Parts: sequence; structure tokens; C-alpha cells
Amino acid sequence: MGLSAAAPLWGPPGLLLTIALHPALSLRPAKASAPPHRDYCVLGAGPAGLQMAYFLQRAGRDYAVFERAPEPGSFFTRYPRHRKLISINKRYTGKVNAEFNLRHDWNSLLSHDPRLLFRHYSRAYFPDAGDMVRYLRDFADRLRLHVLYNTTIAHVTLDKDPRAWNGHYFILTDQKGQAYRCSVLLVATGLSVPNQVDFPGSEYAEGYESVSMDPMDFVGQNVLILGRGNSAFETAENIFDVTNFIHMLSRSRVRLSWATHYVGDLRAINNGLLDTYQLKSLDGLLESDLTNLALVKDREGRFHVTLKYLLEETNQTADAITLPQDDNDNFAMRDAYDRVIRCLGWNFDFSIFNKSLRLSSGGEFSKKYPLVKASYESKGSRGLFVLGTASHSVDYRKSAGGFIHGFRYTVRAVHRLLEHRHHGVPWPSTEHPITQLTSSIVRRVNEASGLYQMFTVLADVVLLKEGATAFEYLEEFPMQMLAQLETITGRSAKHGLFVINMEYGRNFSGPDKDVFFYDRSVGHIEDAWQSNFLHPVIYYYRHLPTEQEVRFRPADWPLPRPTAIHHIVEDFLTDWTAPVGHILPLRRFLENCLDTDLRSFYAESCFLFALTRQKQPPFCQQGYLRMQGLVGNERLRQHGVESGLLRDYAAVGKHRKDSTRQPRDREPTGRPRAPEPPAQAFNHDKEEL
Amino acid sequence: MAGSGPASAELLLPSIQPLHTLQLRRIYRAATSCDATLLVPPRPYLRGPAHRTKGGPAAVNCVKEETSRYCGKEKDLMKAYLFRGNVLLREFPTDTLFDVNAIVAHVLFALLFNEVKYITTLEDLQNMENALKGKADIAFSYVRAVGTPEHRAVMEAAFVYGTTYQFVLTTEIALLESIGAKDIEYAHLYFFHCKVVLDLTQLCRRTLMEQPLTTLNIHQFIKTMEAPLLTEVAEDPQQVSTVHLQLGLPLVFIVSQQATYEADRRTAEWVAWRLLGKAGVLLLMRDSLAVDIPQHTNVIFKREERVPVEFLVLHDIDLIVSHVENNMHIEEIQEGEDEDHDMEDPDIDIQDDEVAETVHRDRKRQLPLELTVELTEETFNATVMASDSIVLFYAGWQAVSMAFLQSYIDVAIKLKDTPTMLLTRVNCADWSGVCTKHNVTEFPVVKMYKEGGNPVSYAGMLGTEDLLKFIQLNRISCPVNITSVQEAEEYLSGELYQDLLSYSRGPVLGLFSPTMTTAKEDFTEAGNYLRGCVITGIYSEEDVLILSNKYAATLPALLLARHKGGKIESIPLANTHAEDIVQIIKNAFLETFPEITVENLPTYLRLQKPLLILFSDGSIIPQYKKAILTLVKEKHLDSLTPCWLNLKNTPVGRGILQAYFDTLPPLPLLVVVNLHSGGQVFAFPSDQAISEQNLLLWLKKLEAGLESHITILPAQEWKPPLPAYDFLSMMEAAASRHSARKGPEYMKETGVQESDEEQHEDKSAIRKELTETLRIKHWNRSNWFKEAEKSSRHDKEL
Repeated sequence: MGLSAAAPLWGPPGLLLTIALHPALSLRPAKASAPPHRDYCVLGAGPAGLQMAYFLQRAGRDYAVFERAPEPGSFFTRYPRHRKLISINKRYTGKVNAEFNLRHDWNSLLSHDPRLLFRHYSRAYFPDAGDMVRYLRDFADRLRLHVLYNTTIAHVTLDKDPRAWNGHYFILTDQKGQAYRCSVLLVATGLSVPNQVDFPGSEYAEGYESVSMDPMDFVGQNVLILGRGNSAFETAENIFDVTNFIHMLSRSRVRLSWATHYVGDLRAINNGLLDTYQLKSLDGLLESDLTNLALVKDREGRFHVTLKYLLEETNQTADAITLPQDDNDNFAMRDAYDRVIRCLGWNFDFSIFNKSLRLSSGGEFSKKYPLVKASYESKGSRGLFVLGTASHSVDYRKSAGGFIHGFRYTVRAVHRLLEHRHHGVPWPSTEHPITQLTSSIVRRVNEASGLYQMFTVLADVVLLKEGATAFEYLEEFPMQMLAQLETITGRSAKHGLFVINMEYGRNFSGPDKDVFFYDRSVGHIEDAWQSNFLHPVIYYYRHLPTEQEVRFRPADWPLPRPTAIHHIVEDFLTDWTAPVGHILPLRRFLENCLDTDLRSFYAESCFLFALTRQKQPPFCQQGYLRMQGLVGNERLRQHGVESGLLRDYAAVGKHRKDSTRQPRDREPTGRPRAPEPPAQAFNHDKEEL
Repeated sequence: MAGSGPASAELLLPSIQPLHTLQLRRIYRAATSCDATLLVPPRPYLRGPAHRTKGGPAAVNCVKEETSRYCGKEKDLMKAYLFRGNVLLREFPTDTLFDVNAIVAHVLFALLFNEVKYITTLEDLQNMENALKGKADIAFSYVRAVGTPEHRAVMEAAFVYGTTYQFVLTTEIALLESIGAKDIEYAHLYFFHCKVVLDLTQLCRRTLMEQPLTTLNIHQFIKTMEAPLLTEVAEDPQQVSTVHLQLGLPLVFIVSQQATYEADRRTAEWVAWRLLGKAGVLLLMRDSLAVDIPQHTNVIFKREERVPVEFLVLHDIDLIVSHVENNMHIEEIQEGEDEDHDMEDPDIDIQDDEVAETVHRDRKRQLPLELTVELTEETFNATVMASDSIVLFYAGWQAVSMAFLQSYIDVAIKLKDTPTMLLTRVNCADWSGVCTKHNVTEFPVVKMYKEGGNPVSYAGMLGTEDLLKFIQLNRISCPVNITSVQEAEEYLSGELYQDLLSYSRGPVLGLFSPTMTTAKEDFTEAGNYLRGCVITGIYSEEDVLILSNKYAATLPALLLARHKGGKIESIPLANTHAEDIVQIIKNAFLETFPEITVENLPTYLRLQKPLLILFSDGSIIPQYKKAILTLVKEKHLDSLTPCWLNLKNTPVGRGILQAYFDTLPPLPLLVVVNLHSGGQVFAFPSDQAISEQNLLLWLKKLEAGLESHITILPAQEWKPPLPAYDFLSMMEAAASRHSARKGPEYMKETGVQESDEEQHEDKSAIRKELTETLRIKHWNRSNWFKEAEKSSRHDKEL
């Protein structure tokens, strides 16, 4: 009886057969209500979400991207309001090295397809936001990324399950109530909530997100802009030629990105108002904490700035409110404003995440971002990673992690971490003999874009093999996770390591720094440690630093105190290939760390060593003795003899005993000799005695 | 270290003409190496790199009240003043302070007025000598002039040893001549052993320092004068160490026994006086010794710590002395090299990588790069698919690959009129992506793309000849399919690929019956592996038996002709894997008595046997060759790799001989070099004829350990040739300055201070800081030598 009742439930025999053929599926009916499962769920099909989707797709992983809009990059369909992206699209660098050129391409995502470079989408140096939308659409389409559009994830909860990769699943519920179960959740939703500061009268302020963009609406008006970021200046830039004046008000001083070396600060392209302010036009900048302010509207609908405490003292009608100028008749903002515009930036949308995820906001200076570790994993729940703009708490006001040209690399780092954690794929690396160490480093510091863009966040790591005869090279590792390197990468760091980072000078960047001071550039090799502009810095550790050491490192140091450190002197052309200025000091540093000789030798020298010494230098061991010696030709040999580094054995016939007396005679001719002291000096001295 | 020098002093140097950085560096160095403070007035016009002398003396000016009177007046500006405390010791015209040596020498000369007696006549010297007999030893030196580097070196030594020995200085050449010195154009230093002289009529024994007068050399010399003349020991010479070894000087053990003790001791003392300052001499008592010493040994030579001692048989004191002197030879050269007047520190900014330097020196040469096709990201795939190509992956900034690019272009020049393969190149500095895609992450790499198949990496020497050979041999497939017996015969005789045989070993022919598929596959794989260095062929027709019968081979087999037209050998190949076939073929082509060259040495080193090398200036004399070949045939040389070296073809062989022999005996020379265990070099006695019998006898003695080696190859590890900049210390020093003052950056302030004289506030604080940086308050004297020793050690390891 039970059987006959069950039969109709299973439907026609055809379906039965299908189930039998797919044993994996047959498990599902046991828990009929279980939502569809994905190993990886990505929230948001913006640049970071698509970038992660790309890496997941290339690795053949089970993933889906959820996007509430009908197309990717919906942020860019509306923002920036004035449509001009301030990320540079530098199409000409004079170089053909694709990796190098990414250093100056701030808009492209990473992919193997050269057609998907932003330079093919816009000719403008500061491109239009519409081109970004078009680019992202192409990126998703061409690479056939799995994106579920028109799917608004309204709620995210945790479902504890010991079988899950991380001990829990993430349950995503969309606007239709459809649930999705995910092993790993990758949040790339950006910052979508306009930042509002609450003060009396704040309702009078129009938001950047909705204010009119037509300058005609501002003709002959007095405008007050709250905020001092790029959106504030972008708004001012649009209208400052038709307004009476613009006043800009914010808590902190203006931070110019060319002084702070942080691209999120005010960019020169937006700073027309600074020019008019400092050139005594009517526009102006003021500093005050917005929370102390109040706005009152008068009968004509104009706005007066007052202070909150004045408002609290009295409880009168709008006309009778005390204004600062009543006591202080030269109060700066005593003029009434026709408009007040709020341009205070954006916050992360925490609302969709259930409390159980413990996704909290960042520290004092990065409240708008969710709190994550340096590995971009949430501190609250394992398996939840924050990507893209929302992940900027890691390097807020330091590096480029909040922007496409930075997070495209951090996303890749997260993906590499996941590949190892869940699929046993170790962090990609190349292995080389130790003789290639100098070259490997020189190559990367000259072309790597990830190191360059994500300076002091992502760093290359060289792991030495036992006896330091070989090494592994790992690219773009989140350097703050150095102590956990072995667990994250699956590589062994037992025999010492180098960390290759890019850094500005310690005291060079800052909103109040004069970045044009005389003698700012360092040219001498011995002064390389005082380099101010971005330059490669190499740290050597005998042992992997511990978490404690990383956490309690000296102030201003991106890493704990190393065993030794090397700075490659800053270079005006960012071309660190000068044989004596760049490569030689680097080799000496590496040699002294490894206690070996890393010079290269011609086969003839190796031949001589092989027959006159019991031990051979690494270069001869790894080349010549394996029958891959460097022969060189006669021209080069001649140079070698002239430089004194090679001997002309054909000319050597006799024992050179007679020359011991005057060693200077044997000095290589190529070396400049210091001039002799003037002869008269001798005479002078003699007389004196 | 001995001596209590004078109290520190200050040297005030008012505004000199615009000093350039070099001068500043010199003055700064001088200030740090003598116990003095240098005061130099400000130079507002000093700009640019000079401010980076990091608180050099330039920044100190006429600050103190009591010194200000030395500043203002124009005529004073050409004078320097030396103070001790508040007392003006001396003033110098600044033109006497022409460089760092002069400054140090002068300051020390003034300070050490009592410790260093300046004399002008022989009488003065004799008086000094007489006065000090039985009391103290004298260090007498002659320098050409005061202020010279040699003068400085003497003064620096006096600074340390001035209270222990009486220093006497002269600049009179006549005085030097009168005590019988030779080579009077150079500075001299004599040590007068007066302390031991008790009889006033006796003269003090003199020891001449033979090395050039440098601080380090004088220090070494005096140290050895202080050491006991002769020490008696009765322990393993390998374990014995004295001050001499620490100073880089060898030890000479005179082997003695109870019976001959008195005579040996006299000999030893005699040797010791001869070698004073050059080596330490010890008397070793054989009777009470636990370790074994070869029977005939009478002298043991220990070159340095941890290097095996040499057992010698020397029957003449002169021979002992010359052995020591010859072995010191190399060290002196190396030591001399860093004694450049203005290069006290070995300059770590000077290129010491021969490849990097030679490539750099050649940078302006225009190579005919157009002879090769430059590939790009766009053209790479299309090109290598369309035609058989060789691709060189290089990087424009990488010296080794640029050196090889030259050879590559030379190949292109040679192949210009014989189009065999397309020669192409990719600059990975530009086309990084292409290189990564083709798995090229180091440079240089050469790959061959043929018939659209998988690329073959070139693994030969990075030079014109080997690459040319590789390209030529790759014109034919590997192995070649031979289709008839007649073709096989032509192939074996070398007629078939006559043009290629000059490039290759071979030909090698694999014989298989048609059914032996696995064996054929293995052979094909081996042939493929050897492509580019050996010509291989394969024959597996039905009539293969004709060949196998003719050459007495059991199938599967391998036939090979070592030389053109020579005898054809056969090797059975049953159940042999590809790797083993490769090995068999490689071994088959090893010669029994090869001429060793730069190119082929590694092949023979792989055998891991000691080398028996006959050095010959030109072609080898047939009778020697015959003698050795006979010994080979009789299997007397199985434990060795016999070979010969033609100095005409391989001139670097002279460098090898120089390392083996102190004085080069006439060629030909026969040596055994035990490269792989111990590093001893044995020389066949040059007074014996190279004949079978003599050789055999010698080898027997060698084996029995009866021969003593002529030298032991140094076993040092390859250490960094020079130190690196210690940026960590610099950063930490700067950081501690910072935290001490909590002020803004140090560097900027000095800049301001230099450019703006009107700014009075804060100025004194800055000055104070700079003065403090300059004043080396408690200069540790022993440091001075330690540093010098350290730098010389580094040099020796080069």
C-alpha cells in the first residue's frame, strides 16, 4: 500500500530512470527543501565581483554571482554623477610590456584576453563612466561568467553544518524568497549607502546622489557643500563658474592626493575650486565638525549656518534663532546659502547580513567598511570574504585596495588562498636556482603591476630552499599575513625568505607635506634608504616572523624588523635595471644575506676555478659544470681584460714575482686612479720641519 | 692593543675654497680615524649631494666663543688649527692638508711629538740605537715626505704602538742609503731588535719589512716581531695555531727528533730569523707526536687554518725560505689591491661581475640584430608555426643573456647565407607575457620549434660553436631512418652526412629487426634526446641481418663509428631503456686520452676521478701520448681520468699552472689533480722523462702515499666578494636620532641650515647635534685594525 501511494509521487518512469543514472542527484530528495548549492557565491557583479568570477571560472569552480540590477556595474550607470572617472586610462607608455602597462591602466580587470583591456573602450585619459559600464558588460559576456541578474539578495544567514567547508553554510535569500546555500561567500557589494551626518537641519541638504547636475540650476546662487572628497569637488567643479560663491565645509583639512600618494584623496583634476579660493576669488574652504552644526531655513527659503548648541539654548521660531554672527559679527558663514549639498561619501550596506555573521564595521578611521583581516576574510565568520571597494579597510588611505587598479590584485590573492584552502592547490610559484635570484627580483620590480599598485599591501615572497641553492618565487602575497604564509600558501618557509615590497619614503607622504622640497630625490646608492618616491624594498628574514612580531612591529614599518633590508634607490623613470646603480647593490645585499657569491662567470673562468679550487661558485655549478657555461666572444673577452676582471692568459708567460714591490702597478687599467697630491705640498712640509 | 695615545684634540679648519664632496669625505674620514674633532666653517654655497655627507665636518662652523677669533680674518682662512683642550697645539697651512692622508698624518705627527722622533742623520740614529739597547726595540722608518700615505700609516702605527716601541722617522734618503737599504725610492720600515742586546758594542739586529707601508701591513709586521722567534711544539701540526695564522701568515714546522735536537734547533732559529715577518717558525718534536708524518718529511708547511698541511722534503734553508716566499706571493698581490690612496674601503660600488662589466662596456656597440627576427606577442605564434625556428628568450637588462645574444648574433652571421632555420629572438623585458606563456622565467633560454611539434630546449654551452652545431645537426631528423644496406654503409662510413659530421659525434646506427617495436621506441627516444649533439640513425628492414652479421652484432644492437673511417663497434641493446641508451652513447664517445678544453672539461669531471693532466705548449709529443695510452690499455690508469691540455688552444691553462707551481718548470708537465677528495696536486718530477716505466713507478708511489703534493687546492666556500650597504643600521641610527629629539626630519634641517644663514633660531641645537655626530668620542682603537683586517679578508676571498 505504501508503495502504491508513493509511486505517483515519483512521477513517470522516465524520471525514475534519470534519478537512477545520477546518483549524486538522488541524494537531494532526502532533504527536499535544501536550497540549491554553490561552492562559491559572489555578491555583486561590479568590478570586484566579476574579477572574482573570472578567477573562479578559470579554475573550474562551482560559483554564481548575484546581481540585483539587470546588468553588471550598476554603480557606474549612475555614479559618478558627472560621469567622469578619475581613474586614469593611460594608453601610451612607450612600452609594450603588458604587465608594466597595467601599472598605468587603472580601469581594466585582469584576464587572459588582451581585447578586454580598457584602452580599447575609451580614448579619454579620464574616461566616461558609461564606458566602464560597457566594459564590465563585455567582460561578463565574453568570459561567460555566471551571473544571476535581477537577483537582489535581501538576507544572508548562517547555517551551522559540520560537513561544510567552514563548519557552516551561508544561506542567501533573494527578493522572491528563493534561498541559495553557499560554502564560501564573497561579498563584493561595494559602498552603496550614502553617508549621512545627523545635525539639526540636515534634511535641508540635498544629497550628491540626487542633486541636479545642470549648472543652470545654480546660476547666481550661494552654495554650501558639505564634504571634501572627490565627489564634493566634482560637484563644485561642475557649478563653480555660475555660482556667486561656493563654500566647502568639512571636519578635516583638504588632503591632496599628490601629497598623500593616496588616490582616494582629492585629485588634481577636481581641484579647480582650490585655485579660486587661494587666488582670492569668492569661493572658500572651512574646517569644522559637521555634528556641531545646524542649518536653519529663513522665510525666503535660504539657509543659515548656526551651531547646534545655540539652537538648543532657545526654542524660538526660525526668524529669531540665534546666529553666530549675532555675537561674532565677522563669522565666516554669515551669508545665507541658497543651497546646501551633502557629498559625504558612502558606507557599506550592513543591513542584509544577519547578526550571526558577526560582520562588524571597521575601526575609527574606516567605519564605513566591514572589518576584515589582512586576508580579506571577515573576522566574524570563516569563509566570508569581502572584496573590492568594501575591502578597503585593510589599506584605507594607504594603498589602492579600494579601487579597481588595486583590488583586481587583492581579489586574485583571495582566490589563490581559496584554491589552496579548499582544493589543495598551493599558491602558484616558480622554482629557480639561486643564481637567478637577482634577475627574478629585478624582473618583478621592473614590471610587476600588483606590487606597484598595491604597495605595502601585496608583496612578492622568495622562499629559500635548504642550503640556499634554489628558491621559490611567490607573487603578490598579502604581506600582513606573512606569519601565516605556510598555511595560506601550502609552501614551506623553513630556510629563510625575502619579501619584496614597494614603498614611499617614511616621511614623504601626508596632507601637510611639501612633496616638492628641494633635494627630494635621492641619487646616491648609499642613500637609497632615504628614497622618497615609490621604490623597491627587500626584507630578509632568517625565519618566518611570528604573528606577534607582525602585530607588534615598529611604528611606520610595514613588516617586523628584518635580519637585513635593502632599498633599491628610487628612480625617476621607475626603471631599476642600471647595472651599477640598481643591480649591483641588490646582488651584494643578496650575497651577504645568503653568504655566497652570486656573480656570473664566463666558462673560461669556471674552467680555471674547476681545476684550481675545490669548491665552485654557484653560477659555475649551475651552468658550466652542467655543460651550459657561458662562452662569450672575443669582443667581450677584450673588455674583460681591459676592465681587469679577466686575465689575458695568452699574454701571460712568466712568473710575475718582480712586481710585488709596487702593488699599484697591477691595478686594473680601467679603474680611475686618484690624482697624486701636488708635489709642492711635499716641499712645503719639509720646510716646516 | 698596546699604547695609551694622547688625549683627543680638535682641528679647526676655517673656510677653505669650495670643497667638493671628495674632499669632504677625506676630511671626514680623517676626523674619524684620528682622535680629533674637525671644525670647518659653513659653506652656504654647498649644494646638491654634499649635504648628504650626513653631518660631515662641513656643517660645523665657528661656533665656540674661544675659537671664533680663528674664523673671521681673511688670512686665517687658509690655516687649520689643532687644539688639545683649549691649547692651540699647532697651525697648518691648509695646502699641507691636501688629502685625508695628509690630515691624519699631520694631526698624529703633532700629537705624537714625543712618541715619534724625527731624525735627519745617521748619527742621530746611532745615538737612538745605543740609548735603547737592552731597553726597547726601535721601529725606524723612512718616508719620502710627511703627509704621504706611508707617513700616515707609520703615524697610525705609532699611535697604537708608540709607548711600546720607539718610533723613529726620517725623510732623508741619505740616511736610508747609509744603513745599506736597497730600492731607496720606496718607503722603508726597519725593526731594530735592541731590547735583547745587552752588550753595548753589539749592533741591534734589523728586520726589514718587505711589504708596502700600509697600516695593516705595519700592524701585521709589528705583531710578528712581538711573537716568539721560535716555538717548540709536540702536537698535531694540523691543530697548531699561532698569531701568524691569524695575521694570514703561514707556519713552518721544522721536524726534529731527540737525536738531532740541537742541530735542528740551530737550523730552526736560523730559518726563523730569515722568515721573521713572513712566517711563524716552530720546532716540531716527532718523537712525542701522536699523528703520523710521512717518513722523509723534514718540513711541514701550513698555509692557513683549516687547510691541510703540506709535508715537504727540503734539504736547504734557502729552499724553505723560497717555498714560504713563493706561497706568500698571491696574498701580497691581493692585499695590495685595496691599498689605493683614496679608496681605503674596498669600493662596493665597483662592478666585480665579469659578465655584467663586459656587457656594460660593450653597450654602445650596434649589433647587427637585423640578422635575427624579433618576435612580438602578435607575431610569435604565427612565426614559429610557419617555419622551423630557433627562439632566443633574453632580457635587455640581464647581463648573461645579453652576453649570449652576442654569440647568437655571431651564429646568425655564420648562417647568413645558408638558410637552415629561422633565427628569432624575444626580448622578455618587452614581451613578458610571451615568455611566461612559453614557460620562460629565467634568462637566457633557447628553444627550437620544429614542424609545429613541441619545442625542444637547447641545453648546450651558451656559445657560438655549440649552438651552431645544434642548429646544423637539427637539419636532419633524429634518428634518421635508413632504408637500405647500402645507405647504412654510407651512413656509417660518414659519406652520407659528410657536411654534418664536422659538428657531431657519430654516426650511431641502431639495428633492429622489424618486430622489435619497444626497442625501436626506446632508441628513437634516445635519439631524440641526443638531437643536436649526436647523429643517430635507425635501420630495421627485413635484411638487417646482413649488417648484424657483418659487424658481429646481436639484435637489437647499436653500431658506432668513433672516428671517420675508423673501426665500427657494436654494442648490444637488449632490454635497454632510453635513458640507458643515452648514457651508453655518451660514454662511448668519451675519449680515453682527450685533449681537455673549456668546453669538454665538465663531461670528464662527471667521472669523479682524479685528473691526470699533461700540460703541453702546443701539440702533444707522440711518445708521451703513446706512453699514456699504453698505461691506459694495461688498465693502470683506471682510477684516473687521463687527459692533456694544449696551452695554445686553452691559454687559461697557464693560470692553472700558476696556481699549481711556485716557479714554473719547463713544459710539458704532468700532474695529478685530486679534485674531488682533498684537492692535492702532485707533479711528476720534471727531471724524469715521461716514459711508461717512470710514470708507472710514480703512480705506484702516489698510490702508496709516498709522494708529497706540491700544493693543495683551496677549499674555501664562495663567500660574498664584498659587503653590502647596511641600510638597516642606517635606518635605525636615524630613527634613534629622531626619537631622541622628537623633532622634524633631520635631513631637511641640515638643508635649511646650509642654505639660510639668517635663520638664528634652533640653529645652536642643530649645530650641537652635528658636532656630536662628528666627534667620535670614545674611538675604540682596536676597531681601527679590526675594520682594516675585515676589509682585507673580504678581498682575499675574492
